[in-house]
Amino acid sequence: MYVIVAGGGKVGANVARSLLGMGHELTLVEQRRDRFERLEVEFGHVAMLGDATEITVLERAGIARPPDLVLAVTGDDEDNLVIAQIAREGYEVQKVIARVNDPRNQQHFDLLGIGPTVCATSGILGLVEHEVPEHGLVRLLELRREGLEVVEVLVGPDSPAAGKRVAGLALPDGSRLVSVMRHGVAEIAVGDTVIRPGDQVVAILKPGLEDALRRALVG
Amino acid sequence: MKAVVIGCGRVGSAVAKQLALDGWGVTAVDEQEEALSRLGSGWSGGFVVGHGMDTDVLERAGLAEADAAVVATDGDNSNIVIGQVAQKRYGVACVVVRVLDPLRAEFYARRGLRTICPTQTAISFLTDAVRACDVAAVAEKP
Repeated sequence: MYVIVAGGGKVGANVARSLLGMGHELTLVEQRRDRFERLEVEFGHVAMLGDATEITVLERAGIARPPDLVLAVTGDDEDNLVIAQIAREGYEVQKVIARVNDPRNQQHFDLLGIGPTVCATSGILGLVEHEVPEHGLVRLLELRREGLEVVEVLVGPDSPAAGKRVAGLALPDGSRLVSVMRHGVAEIAVGDTVIRPGDQVVAILKPGLEDALRRALVG
Repeated sequence: MKAVVIGCGRVGSAVAKQLALDGWGVTAVDEQEEALSRLGSGWSGGFVVGHGMDTDVLERAGLAEADAAVVATDGDNSNIVIGQVAQKRYGVACVVVRVLDPLRAEFYARRGLRTICPTQTAISFLTDAVRACDVAAVAEKP
C-alpha cells in the first residue's frame, strides 16, 4: 500500500522504517530542515522537506493518488488535526491515523471526527492502571467508531458477583464477560464459570456502561 | 452582545478594542500575560491567560455564552481547530478565523468556516494597485 507519514520525529521515523521493511511504499514529510537532512541520509527519496499542513506539500507527497493510509504523527496536535481533515475531507483518504500528544486534546479529535487516534500518555496511564489497579476497571481496547470497548475488571473482596455463576450475574445490558483470569491462567467465561474475589475478568461492552459493570463486579 | 477574541497580538488586540468601542462586551485570550498591555490602560473588558486549545480557558473566557468569536493567534492550524471548536462545540453563531495560508483558508471556507486571509487580501490589493497604475505616464518619467 501507499502511505504518507506526516512528521519525521521518533514516532514518524520508526513507523516509516517498519512500514518500508514490510514492503510498503511511503513518503515521510518533515518540516524541520535539520531533522529532514538526517532522515534523508537514511531514507533517501522517501524523505521530503515541507510542512505537511500545507496543501501543496501534501500534493507533492501524493495526497491526490490518494494514499491508502495517512499517518498524522507530528508533535503538534493542531497540525495532526488539520492534516487528517485535509486528507479525509479534501482527498477522500479512507484511513487516517492521528497522534494525540496532549491527552486533553483528545476531545477535539473526537469533536471533528478524526480517528483512530493514538496517545502515548493515555496508553501509559492505561498500563499504570493495569499494573496498579486502583479503580478496578481498566480499558484494554477502545473501538470508538464501532462503539465497543474491551475492559479488564478486578473482582473485589466484597463483590456482589463473588461466588456466583456467570449465567446468574446481573450485568448491564450491552455487556458480556469474555474471560476470567485466576492465578495467572485465563479461561473463556461460560455460563457455569464461577466468579471469585481477586479474579481478573475481561469484558466487552458498549461505551457508557463502565460504571454499571464496575458496580456489578467490583462492588 | 458578547465577543471572545482569541489571540491578543497586534491584530487581535486591535479587533478587541474596536469591538469594545462598538459596544460589545469583549474578553480577550492570550498565552502571554503581557498581551494585556496591548489593550491599553483603559481596558474594561475581560482578559484570560491561557492557550486557545484548552477548553477550560475557552470556558473561563465565556465562549459558551458568546455571540461572536474572533480567532487570531499566530498559528494557522491552531486558529482552524479553535474556530471549529467554537462553532461545533460551543455553538457560537459568528466565528471568524484568521488563516495566513490562502489555500488552507479556502479549503476551510468551503467547509463552512469563515476564514479571513490577510495574505490573499494583500495579494489582491497589491495586484489591483499595479493594475491601476498609468504605466505609460510612469514610463515617461526620467
